Amino acid sequence: MDAIQGGSWLYLYMPIAGINIFWPGLVLIGFSVGTIGGFFGMGGAWMVTPGLNILGFPMAFAIGTDMAHIAGKSMISTMRHSKFGNVDYRLGFSMLIGTMIGIECGAQLIMYLERIGNVGSVVRWTYVIFLFLIAWMVFYDYFKARKKAKTGQVGEYGATGITWYVKLHKIKIPPMVHFKVSGFTCSLWLPLGVSFITGVLAGFLGIGGGLLRMPALVYLIGCPTHIAVGTDLFEVMISGLYGAFTYSLKGRIEIVAVFVMLTGAAIGAQIGTVATKYARGYGIRVAFGIAVVCCMFSVILKEFKFDAIAAVVILATIGAICLYIIKIMFQGAAQELRDKKKAQASLLKA
Amino acid sequence: MKRSIATSLVFITLLIVFGPGLIWAAGGGEVNEIIVVADTRVVKSGVLKYFADTYNSNIVVFATWSVVLTAVYGVILGVVMDLIMSRTGLDLKSRKIVEH
Repeated sequence: MDAIQGGSWLYLYMPIAGINIFWPGLVLIGFSVGTIGGFFGMGGAWMVTPGLNILGFPMAFAIGTDMAHIAGKSMISTMRHSKFGNVDYRLGFSMLIGTMIGIECGAQLIMYLERIGNVGSVVRWTYVIFLFLIAWMVFYDYFKARKKAKTGQVGEYGATGITWYVKLHKIKIPPMVHFKVSGFTCSLWLPLGVSFITGVLAGFLGIGGGLLRMPALVYLIGCPTHIAVGTDLFEVMISGLYGAFTYSLKGRIEIVAVFVMLTGAAIGAQIGTVATKYARGYGIRVAFGIAVVCCMFSVILKEFKFDAIAAVVILATIGAICLYIIKIMFQGAAQELRDKKKAQASLLKA
Repeated sequence: MKRSIATSLVFITLLIVFGPGLIWAAGGGEVNEIIVVADTRVVKSGVLKYFADTYNSNIVVFATWSVVLTAVYGVILGVVMDLIMSRTGLDLKSRKIVEH
């Protein structure tokens, strides 16, 4: 309150939560998550919620505000990815159904566990195991692909490591669907089944699901990394919008903070999304793997009540990955503009 | 046309039936049933006062405004950023997919 009366312009009063918030912090969170989310194709609730909590939002407000911000941010990123041709809408819609049913089943499983006992620890350790498995899969895949590249085993898009999707595409249970943007044909049951399983896990773990869905799209469904990123963002956008509505109904959303964060996210989303153009698929995958490892450590630290260190791990991860993505974007853009100039100069000479 | 309407109806039904579970899951936990009232006495700006009043008087209208404005603001920012980015001279409509 003093901040308003004293005219401290760095603080903004949040009328619903009833607190003064350091607004440049909100812009920074929005920018960082916009950059990372646009690059990896996820909502990033695991990054935003602790960030908002640190700035002073009560947890319930942090979650609700985060949901609305993620919806808006994913919309901006999806628009950009869509122009690049990175969004497979057909695949996105077919997965949305499986995801929703799966998440409901996962949530029911949690309700059951809650009735019989200690749900918190079970969830956190399951989360750690899955994060470990994802990280292992990403790095194993990377080293396998490197090995293949060295021996000259290169496919249409370069060398690839894990190709589980090739076997899964051989399952010919009708209806068979061709996903034109992703460039493969498979049984409709494959995306439905995979999205159902990732949905159950997301519901069980209490997360949005981008962290699980993005690798599932790559390794199990067979999407090129860039299309996995765009399609996943499309799903995050729809679930985020609905999330924003229900959290608003519960009164746990601070719309002013959403707008301030979105302003930062709009710039970040452009950087993150355009950076995917200059990054190789495996560059995105490895950075994603590192983010997953850091997320895993923060969950372990939280389990042992080291909340402050967990927050530091998350914030340091956000900062480091953000800088990495910005570097990719600006280096790539500068190179493209140089190449364009050269091409124009040689045309003029000719 | 009929097919897309039918698909949309199925989608909306699923959203209504399974949405709450989805959101609970995505949010990361249950929300406490504490009634929060926005303190409109300290709000001076007209827009903020409107939102705070709506929050206190009609939560459904507030929720609808929140979603609609988030979506509209997202689209506006997307379009504005698109205009700005198009002036950078970068090719923003094509990209090569190279995995390794």
